[in-house]
Amino acid sequence: MTDRVELPLSGASFGANPSFVELLRRQRPEALPSALQMSGALEVAQGTTVLGLRFADGIVMAGDRRATAGYAIADAKMKKVFAADDLSAIAIAGAAGQAVETVRLFQLELEHYEKLTGDRLSLEGKANRLAQMIRANFPLAMQGLVVVPLFGGYDVARSEGRLFYYDATGGRWEEENYQATGSGAQPAKNSLKKRWRPGLTHEEALRVAAEALIDAAEDDVATGGPDLARGIFPVVVTVTALGATESSDEDVASAVRAVLEARS
Amino acid sequence: MSFMPYVSPDQLMKDRSEYAHKGIARGRSVIGLEFADGLLFIAENPSATLHKISEIYDRIAFAGVGKYSEFEDLRIAGIRLADLRGYSYGREDVKARDLANAYSQALSTIFTQQMKPYEVEILVGEVNGEVDGTSIYHVLFDGSVTDEHGFVAIGGHADDLTEELKERYNAGWDLATAVKTAVQVLGAPDQRTIEHDHIESGVLERSQSRRRKFRRLTDDEIAGFLAG
Repeated sequence: MTDRVELPLSGASFGANPSFVELLRRQRPEALPSALQMSGALEVAQGTTVLGLRFADGIVMAGDRRATAGYAIADAKMKKVFAADDLSAIAIAGAAGQAVETVRLFQLELEHYEKLTGDRLSLEGKANRLAQMIRANFPLAMQGLVVVPLFGGYDVARSEGRLFYYDATGGRWEEENYQATGSGAQPAKNSLKKRWRPGLTHEEALRVAAEALIDAAEDDVATGGPDLARGIFPVVVTVTALGATESSDEDVASAVRAVLEARS
Repeated sequence: MSFMPYVSPDQLMKDRSEYAHKGIARGRSVIGLEFADGLLFIAENPSATLHKISEIYDRIAFAGVGKYSEFEDLRIAGIRLADLRGYSYGREDVKARDLANAYSQALSTIFTQQMKPYEVEILVGEVNGEVDGTSIYHVLFDGSVTDEHGFVAIGGHADDLTEELKERYNAGWDLATAVKTAVQVLGAPDQRTIEHDHIESGVLERSQSRRRKFRRLTDDEIAGFLAG
């Protein structure tokens, strides 16, 4: 894919391509992953449950910290939720190495576009670009390296938070209220269905997210619950008109404690 | 059959150099200067969207004078080089010196091998954590590079502006004083007062907590500095 068009007369390319991924493909194709001719799936670390929900001022995204490889825990402190730029966030489940690299490329793609054109992409534009990047990963997905992200951010044009989810083929859907993806998605969604309501405050949204991850960890072996003894808590990123911020461990810990206390 | 009349290399370089000089002298100027908290790039620019000053990377900024299409070309090439390098290695491995070298090579090749030299002069500035970590590289149309200290002026009235800055410059300025004085200096060669909405300015601030230290000053901010 290229967005360069040719002028009919001069034959010179017209317009600077603002895509970092395209640049990388031209200049250093070996840096991008490609599918191999092989049979059988590779066993690699998998990132598990992430979720996103809308609240009064924007969106909250959260993810557990576990990565698994078969029955082994590959990483107990993996980070799966990231700020994509100042006004959006991405949460990612699936093949861990591939997923983290996709996030890094996506962050660079947004920054590169912003610097080259002097404008930030619209939220719609960012969501579409991510769909194309996931689609480009499809040959790898067929070999078991599936990457499925959630994407959300603050839409300046509409003055509201918006949430998108994707499948391995690059299919993109907008979600009105909440969404979860990864191995613990089903219990997390069941929990969100009960607890989510329109117009949540940020504090309430944090608690709803923490509760959904706790529920997911109870019903899914691959999802890591909050670990109070070792101080491992979900990663939570909030996006509002003021920017994208990662919640401190203390804030997440107090939301987790509130949920656990209400249950005991 | 066509004939190429003999022109001595001496004459050829002189002609190209004169041509580039003329092109640059027609345009407006940019001032780059170190102030207490980092680096300020400032220019007279009636357009609010066709920038002379821009961000290249986390701690690196760019300014160009002369022909817009040509320094825009260089700006884009610089961002591409920086982003590719930062992706391939690490973000802290992207350095202004490498960029200045790349610009120097490219401009020197264009100057000697193409029909027409680029009619541009550019500045590449960088700030680091420490006070003495600031650097400004000045690259000319023929690829020659100089490492500037304190302040530098490029473009149409570069010599007059440099004289003026020599008298007034003080490294300890805060941002407000730096902007206010720089705007007075920009108007000094032909005794004009430049309005705030004709000023374009970008800063690299050491105290900026974000990874990306560059930001554009807004119209209101500049108006405030000029009134203060």
